[in-house]
Amino acid sequence: MRKVIFFIPLVVFIALGIVFYLQLGKNPEYMPSALVGKPVPAIHLVSLDTDQVVTNVELPKGPYLINFWGTWCPTCAIEHPYLMRLAKKGVPIIGIDYKDGKASAEQWLRNKGNPYKMVLLDELGNFGVNMGVTGAPETFVVNSKGIIVYRHQGALDEAVWKSIQGYMQ
Amino acid sequence: MIDAAIFRRLIKLVVWLVLSCAVYGQAEELMTFSSPVNQTRYDALVKELRCPKCQNQDIADSGAGIAKDLRHKIHDMIENGQSDKEIVDYMVARYGDFVLYRPKHNAATFALWYGPFILLGIGLVIFAVVIIRNRLRRKGESV
Repeated sequence: MRKVIFFIPLVVFIALGIVFYLQLGKNPEYMPSALVGKPVPAIHLVSLDTDQVVTNVELPKGPYLINFWGTWCPTCAIEHPYLMRLAKKGVPIIGIDYKDGKASAEQWLRNKGNPYKMVLLDELGNFGVNMGVTGAPETFVVNSKGIIVYRHQGALDEAVWKSIQGYMQ
Repeated sequence: MIDAAIFRRLIKLVVWLVLSCAVYGQAEELMTFSSPVNQTRYDALVKELRCPKCQNQDIADSGAGIAKDLRHKIHDMIENGQSDKEIVDYMVARYGDFVLYRPKHNAATFALWYGPFILLGIGLVIFAVVIIRNRLRRKGESV
């Protein structure tokens, strides 16, 4: 019985080793969004297409994506062709032109095609702050109840889509 | 001799470059506050909040775009008369507990805050038990 006590440090060491080992390879940059499980914050943004103010009422009813992008953002250019593919599949995407100008956004969409159901201008990045965005591209999945269920930081691609597809309901 | 002169000039140049960078960095974002208290509150808040984009920098230190936006946001909120708590809650609601350099006291952070003290307590208890036992045993031997 007394001997067992001497093994406690070893046991603790092994337990810690296992805990730390399981953390290896995880992306330390990954930050869970504070908005997951919450409804989309109040939207009051001008639409690129109509120049009209858009509020939450006009958002799609079914599940959809909110994609933050900007013409200044190189990763967004990489992501764009994949968004076009998603749009072709019929995935509704709301584009938020984040900290960008109207003219450059229009040119970008003319040159590369427009995968967005609706493009809203967030020139000052205020809506970005309300969504807890830290940069672009960033994509949120909103379910049919209007609740944010997933957030992805960085470009969307086939692999990412596979993991978030399940949230589109 | 010539080398030394060149060396001294080089040092002067480096010092000058470093200093001019520092001046530039500060001049980039001059914020005016309606009162010195607000300035102090701002200075404290930007050091208390972590930049959500960059793991190990506070909002004050970071050059990331989002940190700059948040600095302006904090400035505006202070000038609009919002309390420190309101501002911190605002940030936490958007960026999560991650932005707090001082983690909240709750179930998830219990071990973080109190774990070391609990371990210290256990250690002290074991230490005391060992000492008392040894003393008792020695007494037993001497009798």
